[in-house]
Amino acid sequence: MAYDTARIRADFPILNERVNGKPVVFLDSAASSQKPEQVLRAMDEAYRHVYANVHRGVYAFSEAATAQYDEARAKIARFINAPAPENIVFTRNATEALNLIAYSYGRTFLKEGDEVILTELEHHANFVPWLQLAKERGVVLRFIPITPDGMLDWSKLDEWLSPRTRLVTFAQVSNVLGAITDPRPIIEKAHAVGAKVIIDGSQSVPHMAVDVQTLDCDFMAFSGHKMLGPTGIGVLYGKLDLLEAMPPFLFGGDMISYVGFDGARWADVPLKFEAGTPAFVEAIGLGAAVDYLNALGMAEVRAHEKEITAYALERMSEVPGLSLVGPADAEVRGGVAAFTLKGIHPHDLASLLDLEGVAIRAGHHCAQPLHQKLGVNATARASFYVYTEPREIDALVEAIYKAKVALRK
Amino acid sequence: MEDLYREHILDHYENPRHQGEIAGADIVHEETNPLCGDHIRMDVKLSADGTRIEDASFTGDGCIISQAAASMLLEEVVGKPVSEVENMEPQHVLDLVGAQLTANRVKCALLGLKVLKTGLKMHKLK
Repeated sequence: MAYDTARIRADFPILNERVNGKPVVFLDSAASSQKPEQVLRAMDEAYRHVYANVHRGVYAFSEAATAQYDEARAKIARFINAPAPENIVFTRNATEALNLIAYSYGRTFLKEGDEVILTELEHHANFVPWLQLAKERGVVLRFIPITPDGMLDWSKLDEWLSPRTRLVTFAQVSNVLGAITDPRPIIEKAHAVGAKVIIDGSQSVPHMAVDVQTLDCDFMAFSGHKMLGPTGIGVLYGKLDLLEAMPPFLFGGDMISYVGFDGARWADVPLKFEAGTPAFVEAIGLGAAVDYLNALGMAEVRAHEKEITAYALERMSEVPGLSLVGPADAEVRGGVAAFTLKGIHPHDLASLLDLEGVAIRAGHHCAQPLHQKLGVNATARASFYVYTEPREIDALVEAIYKAKVALRK
Repeated sequence: MEDLYREHILDHYENPRHQGEIAGADIVHEETNPLCGDHIRMDVKLSADGTRIEDASFTGDGCIISQAAASMLLEEVVGKPVSEVENMEPQHVLDLVGAQLTANRVKCALLGLKVLKTGLKMHKLK
């Protein structure tokens, strides 16, 4: 069946809203996506019909909620082709998943002088935890630089990889530049020196088919709310032997197998990492989001976004004074278009666009070091998803022209 | 669209009052709004008894609202008693700006006042 954006949009009630008297043009899905009826309904039904705390109760509600929670974990495992549901640890979001790795794996297995290779374009979520580890443990950080055309210069990797390299971590798709990195050659090289590889999949898992076994990455982190799911639920994928060797990150209920006055033993993976009542309704919602994406087909989702991105790049580059950052070829670019406009601060632009109902983001998009490299304080960013239509790109461009007139630029 | 950036806001942005640095300033303080990277530095010269703002100026880099609001604020407070700034309500700056601002943009408008107030406070603690 052909990709039918109009039919998809009908599943997203919020897209019928009006903002400042205009139909909303939502172009900030890279920050957080909108949710289809199917996800809203799955969560609503869980609260209305089977709600009770998971894992503890022996009564029907608890059994049903536990079964749905487990099923959500299995769905997510299948979605990224993880070997088993046990490879999936639920977290609050990608940030917490990356912190879990930095705390649990980093502080257990890395020592002074060990090296972590990351990149200049990382989101703060995959930047600050490593800065902190470097500060506390004397771990050395190296940053793969960006190229003038907005990609990563991985040639440095060969130079830097050594037996001291313990971790290589990077975003598969940049949330600002859109640059897509092919992880396979990087992972092969890193494994050759015994380093483990973490992929920040926050901007890839929602937008393209990702297969963790083919990639052979050691860890992957992503957020539910960027892939049609609710807030408060994220995923850490890890290879089982690594997760088993890692100590817990948070302690309390649900993560133990035995507790006495003399100590405690941990539950098996993944529950070892899920202390306290988990966000199981949110997990069920994320399971429904995965069902929705599967029904669309991730290859089709990527093809749609590539088309929209190519159209956006074409239309936006027509605007005088507008400079896009990131690669010009939609083939190697995810659905984000960050840009600056001569003489207009991104914040002013975003406010003016809001008056036209057009929602874009302005600022550093949690990638301040990257903006320092780009030599700008801030950029404006439009980002696209399953429901974005060419008409919305036209509305964006028209609103940019209006803003230029309003500010006499 | 024109309402948000009315003439007097654009005027302050394009022709900022009290812009620059003051040689021998008693107070130099700067802050950045982490949300958008807007940056403002305020230089203040106090009267001999320290109770009046003899001169003040700002430099900065950021959106129209943040920079225009700083300009309007200084136009208002230069020559006034320090206590007037210390007791100034944020709403006063929003009234000077005059446009309807959303919550996140209010932070832009109030950055200058925040820098000025914090600078004065830190000077007192010295």
